[in-house]
Amino acid sequence: MSNLPIFDVAGSAMNAQSVRLSTVASNMANADSVSGDPNAVYRAKQPVFTTEQVGANPALQGVRATQVLDSQAQPIKRYEPGHPLADGNGYVYAPDIDPVAQMVDLISASRSYQANVEVFNSAKETALATLNMGR
Amino acid sequence: MADFLGIHGTALAVREQRLQLLAANIANADTPHYKAQDLDFNGALNAALAAQRGGPLEQGSAISTATTNAHFLRPSSQPSLDGNTVDGDRENAAFAQASLEYRASLSFVEAKVRGMLTAITGQ
Repeated sequence: MSNLPIFDVAGSAMNAQSVRLSTVASNMANADSVSGDPNAVYRAKQPVFTTEQVGANPALQGVRATQVLDSQAQPIKRYEPGHPLADGNGYVYAPDIDPVAQMVDLISASRSYQANVEVFNSAKETALATLNMGR
Repeated sequence: MADFLGIHGTALAVREQRLQLLAANIANADTPHYKAQDLDFNGALNAALAAQRGGPLEQGSAISTATTNAHFLRPSSQPSLDGNTVDGDRENAAFAQASLEYRASLSFVEAKVRGMLTAITGQ
């Protein structure tokens, strides 16, 4: 909290979007992590965004990634008896991650992040101009 | 001396409040159930000026009361599945415009300050 809450608002959004970017990166990296146990398979992660009041004004809401949820999608069962991780019946389990949906999420998060950087920079410029008044 | 800056000092403060709200909208562009907010600049400015003229109210509290009363939730241009009413592009454009308006108000204030400085130093 500060006298210039606009920086806190934009900063909180950048933080939340970077959490989202990290979860996408983690999901993409683990898209092919198979396992022999359906309960031990990597589960796609997704952040949950909620508003968070910044400063004294209740109308001024920042954003916070309050939790990261695991996807409840069932793992994909593949018959690969030659796989070293295959279970007794010759099956391996892969997480149900849609790379296209993840890429869309990645682009959306990255654009939102950029928009907030834009806000931050322009707020910084106006604040500096105000501070330099009369010089 | 209090009204040395005239309308521009108050306008600058109200514009700052609006900038903050628009920044919050952009920040919450992906937050479910968030409703886009805005400030009725005309209404807030008139109310703040009237309050300052009317009584011994502090300038700061007059402005904050006026801006709180002038809040409104902007209706969404199109429905979204998660109940969020922020339109990213519109919000960015509004922020750019509000930022420019702030700079305009700032330059008026600055001109006043410069004029006063010239008068004080007499150069």
